[in-house]
Amino acid sequence: MNPTTHLETAQMPREGLRRVAIDPVSRVEGHGKVTLLLDEQHRVHQVRLHIVEFRGFERFIQGRPYWEVPVMVQRLCGICPVSHHLAASKALDAVVGVRQLTPTAEAMRRLMHYGQILQSHALHFFHLASPDLLFGFESEVERRNIVGVVQAHPEVAKQGILLRKYGQEIIRLTSGKRVHGTASVPGGVNRSLTGAERLELQQGIAQVIAWSQQAVALVQQLHEQNPALYDVFGTFRSPLMGLVAPDGCLDLYDGALRATDADGQCLFDQFDVNGYDRLLTEEVKPWTYMKFPYFTAMGPERGWYKVGPLARIQNADRLPTPLAEQARQQMLAYARARGHTVLHATLAYHWARMIEMLHAAETIERLLQDDAIEGTDLMAQGERPLAEVRAGVGVIEAPRGTLIHHYQVGDDDLVTLANLIVSTTHNNQAMNTAVREVARRYLDGRELTEGLLNHIEVAIRAYDPCLSCATHALGQMPLEVVLLDADGAELDRKVRH
Amino acid sequence: MTVAEVQPAPTLVFAWGNPSRGDDAMGPLFAEAVQAWQLPGVECLTDFQLQVEHALDLEGRERVLFVDATMAPQSPAEDATRGYGVTPLQPRRDSSFTTHALSPQAVLQAWVDLHGQPPPPAWLLSIHGVAWELGDEVSPAARLFLNNALRWAHDWLRG
Repeated sequence: MNPTTHLETAQMPREGLRRVAIDPVSRVEGHGKVTLLLDEQHRVHQVRLHIVEFRGFERFIQGRPYWEVPVMVQRLCGICPVSHHLAASKALDAVVGVRQLTPTAEAMRRLMHYGQILQSHALHFFHLASPDLLFGFESEVERRNIVGVVQAHPEVAKQGILLRKYGQEIIRLTSGKRVHGTASVPGGVNRSLTGAERLELQQGIAQVIAWSQQAVALVQQLHEQNPALYDVFGTFRSPLMGLVAPDGCLDLYDGALRATDADGQCLFDQFDVNGYDRLLTEEVKPWTYMKFPYFTAMGPERGWYKVGPLARIQNADRLPTPLAEQARQQMLAYARARGHTVLHATLAYHWARMIEMLHAAETIERLLQDDAIEGTDLMAQGERPLAEVRAGVGVIEAPRGTLIHHYQVGDDDLVTLANLIVSTTHNNQAMNTAVREVARRYLDGRELTEGLLNHIEVAIRAYDPCLSCATHALGQMPLEVVLLDADGAELDRKVRH
Repeated sequence: MTVAEVQPAPTLVFAWGNPSRGDDAMGPLFAEAVQAWQLPGVECLTDFQLQVEHALDLEGRERVLFVDATMAPQSPAEDATRGYGVTPLQPRRDSSFTTHALSPQAVLQAWVDLHGQPPPPAWLLSIHGVAWELGDEVSPAARLFLNNALRWAHDWLRG
């Protein structure tokens, strides 16, 4: 049992405990809330991360023609719309009977996906995470943001912005539009790159690779300079899951599922994604809307797992690009030097994320060298399945982890069922465990301060939960801390912006 | 890095919002309508939300009009009647830096921090919305406000 398991539900009577709510968690897409139950000596008795997950989108899709879905699902999320665009397209390839894309369609989709990985990872690290890492978790709130990074590290901040811009440019050129692209369709794509577009991207890629290498070096340096913090902050052991290619290499666009245990031993390999509903069970808990997936065969206590950068680069045998694989080997050597076969440190997510960003940049360079990217054979011809209800499952490694789209389509071409499992849901138990570990180690028995509460947020942001809807109409997302007594009466409230 | 070395249009209209979230679609719809006018020297861009890299879209502009749907207008009474408000913007380090999405003032500040120079003159056009549910159409009231805002913009952009 994980040492923090008991913190899911308080073991002592709730009377006499006070409740602290961090609501919503800032710099997290959507809304998150953390509640802590403390006694008079500030001992932590219960910690829960609640995610107000939006569950209406699947119903929004049902009843629509299947060919609309790859475009519609992009409206689920303002941060990673391309991942939904591609996962839906992959699922619907099966619905139109296409098993093998044309080389041009495959190259275009992959280029779009790796562009998305690049821009999302750049945004996450430079804009959301680096302020915490470069200035410390308890630095002034005003400084702990992107402006602080710009002032103190102007080149780092500028590189982050330009890396993200480059990734966005790939998305624009491959998807046809800057926002809500339409290029990926069931059975293929509807455009390829022109020679001028390809050349434009090729001219920038060497610089992108160089900056990505610098980013890896920066986060590696942070770990090596302060292992006392980086190795223990929010650290816990769990299985890992992600997609791998048939040869065991990491493949972020396609492949089969593999999981390894906390020591890196194989739990299953080359699991066909079409059977995801046999592999996984989603547990419901009464205190949160978001489900808790686990490997059915292992049960809820032992079968929960991590997904995302830290999980998948260690789950795979190797990365298929040389610079990123070299960086991965250095990370594994760091773990081995400390007696670990697998690095489970929560803050190592950032390290792994930058290695993946480098891998994405190298992959983009390779894809741009492939003449198929300018090809004209865009659509594969499939044979429409005869079944009355056609079904498809599309799985992709989105920036934050494994993303599953599952659709059923009726004889009238309308979607009758949609089921989406996003990476934030896969990581639900992992995030809760990280938050409890941080609370146990840093908050227990101490007077709560804003800086200490930010420790909780730092742990959550390492996973980069993304709650699948653009929230800007709701305005800002301040951090609100509410102190309540055991009866729910408000004792104090503090809002920081 | 070279990305499309073309001379940017002097006037940028940057609108944002989620087209599938009721009145939040007014930003993208506004940009779509202005783009259809094909006014010389005017470029329209849209996105889900403002982000730090959008500071790069300001380069080479002579003026910028940010456009967004707003839930809680804090504008004079006549703005509430016509359903939109226009306010000049200054760079500002504000609370939006700590969220996923930036305010337009924060985007201007990012431009200043990156270039060390003042940004181009910028205004915010806020169009009032009332309904924000996923899957909803733009509400009739917001449609009226959007049309009012477009009438204003037609003159402003030609000025």
